[in-house]
Amino acid sequence: MKVRPSSLAAGVLAALGCVAAATFLDAARLQRTHAVATEHAAMLVAQFGLTDLALFTEARYTRHRAVADLHSAFQDHPFGLEHFPSGSLLPPPVHLTQARHEPVDRQTALSR
Amino acid sequence: MIELRDIHKAFNEGRPNEYWALRGIDLDIAAGESTVFSGPSGSGKTTLLTLLGCLARPTRGRVRLGDEDISSLPERFLTEIRRRTFGFVFQQFNLVRGLSALDNVMLPAYPLGLPHRELRARAEAQLAALDLGHRREARVEWLSGGEQQRVAIARALINAPQVVIADEPTANLDTALSCQFMGILERLLDEGRTVLLTSHDPLVVESETVDRVVRLRDGRLVEP
Amino acid sequence: MNQWIARQRYLVDFTLASLARRKTKNAGLLLVFALLVFVLASVMLFASALRHEATMVLAHSPEVILQRMVAGRHDLVPPGYVERIGRIRGVQKIEGRLWGYYYDPVVKANYTFMAVVPAPASGFAARPGAREASAPPAAGEIVVGSGLARHRGVQSGNVLSFRSYSGKLFSFRIAGVLPADSELVSADLVLTNQADFRAFFDYPADHWTDVTLSVANPQEVRTVAQKLANALPDSRPILRDEVSRTYQSIFDWREGIMLALLSAAILAFAILAWDKASGLSAEEKREIGILKAIGWETGDVIRMKLWEGLLVSLSAFLAGYVAAYAHVFHFSAVLFAPVLKGWAVLYPKFTLAPAIDGLQVTTLFFFTVLPYATAVLVPIWRAAVTDPDAVMRG
Repeated sequence: MKVRPSSLAAGVLAALGCVAAATFLDAARLQRTHAVATEHAAMLVAQFGLTDLALFTEARYTRHRAVADLHSAFQDHPFGLEHFPSGSLLPPPVHLTQARHEPVDRQTALSR
Repeated sequence: MIELRDIHKAFNEGRPNEYWALRGIDLDIAAGESTVFSGPSGSGKTTLLTLLGCLARPTRGRVRLGDEDISSLPERFLTEIRRRTFGFVFQQFNLVRGLSALDNVMLPAYPLGLPHRELRARAEAQLAALDLGHRREARVEWLSGGEQQRVAIARALINAPQVVIADEPTANLDTALSCQFMGILERLLDEGRTVLLTSHDPLVVESETVDRVVRLRDGRLVEP
Repeated sequence: MNQWIARQRYLVDFTLASLARRKTKNAGLLLVFALLVFVLASVMLFASALRHEATMVLAHSPEVILQRMVAGRHDLVPPGYVERIGRIRGVQKIEGRLWGYYYDPVVKANYTFMAVVPAPASGFAARPGAREASAPPAAGEIVVGSGLARHRGVQSGNVLSFRSYSGKLFSFRIAGVLPADSELVSADLVLTNQADFRAFFDYPADHWTDVTLSVANPQEVRTVAQKLANALPDSRPILRDEVSRTYQSIFDWREGIMLALLSAAILAFAILAWDKASGLSAEEKREIGILKAIGWETGDVIRMKLWEGLLVSLSAFLAGYVAAYAHVFHFSAVLFAPVLKGWAVLYPKFTLAPAIDGLQVTTLFFFTVLPYATAVLVPIWRAAVTDPDAVMRG
């Protein structure tokens, strides 16, 4: 007797579902094996007081964007294109510009 | 068994192209009889069949099935009655293309949720009884006209209906196949089923198998 | 219950048999659908893993970094500054940092030079081996990031020469290479001791690049930073959570750019799916009529179509998601890495640990599965409420 299409579909979906569930197990496994690397990186960060990811080394506002001067695009490398969110078409989301998040610099300090 | 009282049926009611297909039909159909509705095209025989088979509701008048007035039942209940009581063999057979003969036969029973094995066995039995056992896995569009009609008959019988309705059953068949159909008809009557047909084929209308011929013209019964 | 299951199975049987009639067309649709989920899920998984990694790693960065600003630009911290910070209540562990950039014309890449100032900064110092690693390199020796070592083709024990900005040539022996699995934060680092750093850059004595400090009560970080800004008007305190927020928004932004580029594809698919799902052919309309005539209820027809939509979109979603997972975490996101990772001459090699954001996956699920299922339903609704006698008349 032929396999019913519904059994076939149930089988395929169950298999896909199992594989999808397995990705979560695999994720947990990879996270465990990756923990050493994270530990190494975290240790370096703690020891040397690092502040940034070494992803884009072309300009100081991309290499150390956390401690770069404010508003400083197009400074160093000819290929160091604008990476700031303000350079995109939309303004940054409101929650970033609200009072709770305003940068602690001289201006905000003086206005108190 | 089925009682029609003063049945009127209009299409496109209230619009400029309003058309009255039936204009006052009174009719009683007894259980276990075979009745043929005959008349020229446009006489309203197919419309009458749709009313008898609960496919549509009359614009005016009453339809009684057994003790129940079904002319004002909502769509849901009508479907339920249709599935239980009637089996249809359409003029164009109306099989679902792309499915096997067996699947087509099983279709009307799908909403009942019977165990698959049981339903399959029942459908296979129906096809075997109509000499189609060997063609059950074939797609319906690969079957000949006569075979398609027999698949349509098997489909009509899958829910063991009391009444079998066939619209112009011999219109697309040659003489030999028409005779074969009349044979099947006789078998259905022997099983105690009520059969309602429309036809203007003399082979059907003048057949001995037919108990009663009802003639229609312009939406009215023609007295014999 | 059994009967209900049996009914649904029959409906699924029928809908699959109908789909099988136009195999290529429906398989094509399924493939495109799965591909779209694959692309979206890849972007989401990659960005979420990178965000997670950045958060984990940068959680150990200094609590507060204090820069001195001159004319709106980052400037050296002069002598006496550190002492003035020390007088502010709540401030602990003040350390000057020395770091800067060096452009290496040999490989056309920028390096980050950093002087290792003794005194370890946090609890990590207690771990075995940590103190040795954080001890400053001996005079004339450097420790380099493994990205740099790979790029320059050098290893521990080699000698590297740099021409300093004053024009003098400095040769350093490489005493060690930082662990390769920490490249994400250390790829371009050159660690020296303080004296070498000052000599190499001609750095003014007792000046620092910036100052890191921690705060006794973590809840008062903001208050202390505010006090610092008031006491030292030319300073700019940067808080740890601002650093981590910066990275969150960068990856949000990159993900957003990718999604914006993809939005055209998403729209195209939406149109395709809508057309396919909602355009009911005459054939299908006729079939619905037949089904209704032979005893199917309107509800059965709708349920049957709902199954079609669910089966197609669910299998496309699962297949796309699984493929995306494998792509990102087992094949290093080869297809989208250039857009998602960005670009640099000296780019770190790093692997990402999966950090699956359940909310994002759920969102993706609802934004792909539900619209398709409804698109399938809309026209059926209209067709299914027609009178069943249409078949007879037709």
